[in-house]
Amino acid sequence: MADVAVLPEPLEEVAPPKGRHGSVAWILWIARRLGLAVLTLWLVSVLVFIATTALGDPIRAILGKDYNADKARVAQLTEQLNLNESAVKRYLDWLGGLLHGDLGTSIANQRPVGQLISSNVLNSFVLVLISAVVLIPVAFGIAMISANYRRKRPDTVIQTILLALAGLPEFVTGILLVALFSTTVFHWLPAVTIAGAGHPWDQPSVMVLPVATLVLAVAPYVSRIVRSTLLEVLDSDYVELARLKGIPEKVVLRKHALLNAVVPGIQVVSLQLAWLAGGVVFVETVFNYPGIGALLVDSVRNHDIPVVQALSMIIAGVYVVVNLIADLLSILLTPRSRTAISS
Amino acid sequence: MTATAASPTAPTVSTPSTLRRALQQKRLVSGAVITLIIVLIAILGPLVAPHGQNEVVGPPFSSVGVLGTDYLGQDVLSRLLHGGLAVLVIALLATLFGMVVGIIIGVVAAYSGGWWDEVIMRLNDVVLAFPQILLALVVLTAVNQPRAWMIVVLVGISHAPRVARVARGVALGIVSRDFVYAAEALGEKRSRVILAEVLPNMNAPLLAEGGLRLTYSIGLVAGLGFLGFSTNPEAANWGQMINENRLALSTQPWAVLAPVFIIGVFTIGTNLMADGIAQLSQRGD
Repeated sequence: MADVAVLPEPLEEVAPPKGRHGSVAWILWIARRLGLAVLTLWLVSVLVFIATTALGDPIRAILGKDYNADKARVAQLTEQLNLNESAVKRYLDWLGGLLHGDLGTSIANQRPVGQLISSNVLNSFVLVLISAVVLIPVAFGIAMISANYRRKRPDTVIQTILLALAGLPEFVTGILLVALFSTTVFHWLPAVTIAGAGHPWDQPSVMVLPVATLVLAVAPYVSRIVRSTLLEVLDSDYVELARLKGIPEKVVLRKHALLNAVVPGIQVVSLQLAWLAGGVVFVETVFNYPGIGALLVDSVRNHDIPVVQALSMIIAGVYVVVNLIADLLSILLTPRSRTAISS
Repeated sequence: MTATAASPTAPTVSTPSTLRRALQQKRLVSGAVITLIIVLIAILGPLVAPHGQNEVVGPPFSSVGVLGTDYLGQDVLSRLLHGGLAVLVIALLATLFGMVVGIIIGVVAAYSGGWWDEVIMRLNDVVLAFPQILLALVVLTAVNQPRAWMIVVLVGISHAPRVARVARGVALGIVSRDFVYAAEALGEKRSRVILAEVLPNMNAPLLAEGGLRLTYSIGLVAGLGFLGFSTNPEAANWGQMINENRLALSTQPWAVLAPVFIIGVFTIGTNLMADGIAQLSQRGD
């Protein structure tokens, strides 16, 4: 269920500064983007705090049926979560801790949250990283094949398959892959990650299906955007000129078209990478992969508020940072935008 | 619009009607047919199911019945037929809610312009930083037993900023047209200009967006069931069925694969339909 890439136009944000030296304009532009990112993160923290503590009754959720019976536990939890204090004070305390790297203490097992989640963060990071490394050549490759056969039968078939895949929820893809490759049809790969002492990637076979699921969930979007950019470029005048000069179609596709599709490609890949941070929730649950997604689902089930707050801040933070980097990269790679800033 | 639709090479051929063009769209037709079949299964299923949804017909995970039995010995086929309506209704309402909220935000931002536009779209970006499933999970942390309306609101709210972006983009192209200025010059109220002049001119792209949002709603609603956040632990529900029977994937695969297939086919159908509408609306103008 990745989002359809609504490509932000990086230039839209930029009012070309007048009468200043190029490097000053650059510094101003970067400062403005950093400021906006920090502002977004701050608002994200407000939203996370309100959603986790202010909307429902956390203690009632944690204790369930015991709420009315166990007064001592209610008092103890109220103490631990500081619920006697005003919401503003609690928010400021939490934010202060967050800025100092203190993520609080887990309610479920009383361990510091930072210590609890660190290995899961690393596991998820590796999973997303491997998926991205596999994703980029696969998506661009499919797009190039499709663009090569543009408006002919193979292109239509590829596009219809991609469209069908794009709508499938990740857990559907994941379970179908498990049934196909590990339990029902073939028995080649392990169905779940068995939590051992080391990292999951110590056994490479464990990583195959989770990575495949993430790639299958995201590649269709990237491919479709890259293909439509390729087609746009292939219809342009300078590509026509290159063809008329006698340059073979393959070289035209690779040199003239692909390089111009890189910038929209970066933007859609970055949006999808940020989306992967959420996609891991389903994929890790399907495969029992010990990452932040699986931990998040467990913590939500246990109403472990400090862990949920920390994990949601991490996921939203990744989104903001990845978007920032992608904006910067696409401006640097587009000569038109570069001059718009420094002129 | 009619002037541009007529092909310049064959000026004598009259513009085909929207319905005729819709029927020529293979993706739209096949998507609509698939969606219709699944919707019919979900609505009529409870009437034709051979057993009740909580009726025990045999030992757990046995092969009694067409698709066998599930973790409590209930008939998988019957639960499949019973379990679609909840997913369908919640997904539809969530889509509707998200579309309405998103369109209001987007159109108001585009129509107000300037400072308001900037502030509204910034706040929009904040909500966009949350993957859709995360927004629902974060709120469910402090809730003991989720209710159906909560899932409708949460999934709807997670759609709203995404819809708002699209709606704002479409509305920006309309608010500067002459007929909007004309309505303003005539002294129409703001709300009336938005409702009577702006909204009716943006329905085609929004319909495509709505189809897409429905696809995601189905995935999210079923996904929440799959993650174990269900509104009613006993009732049959496609997402929840996967969760309940997951451990038996190797011994009684149909208890898991039947709901997986039907969710998959449903989302493929709605997605093809949304894409068909999008192509139709692009060519239509």
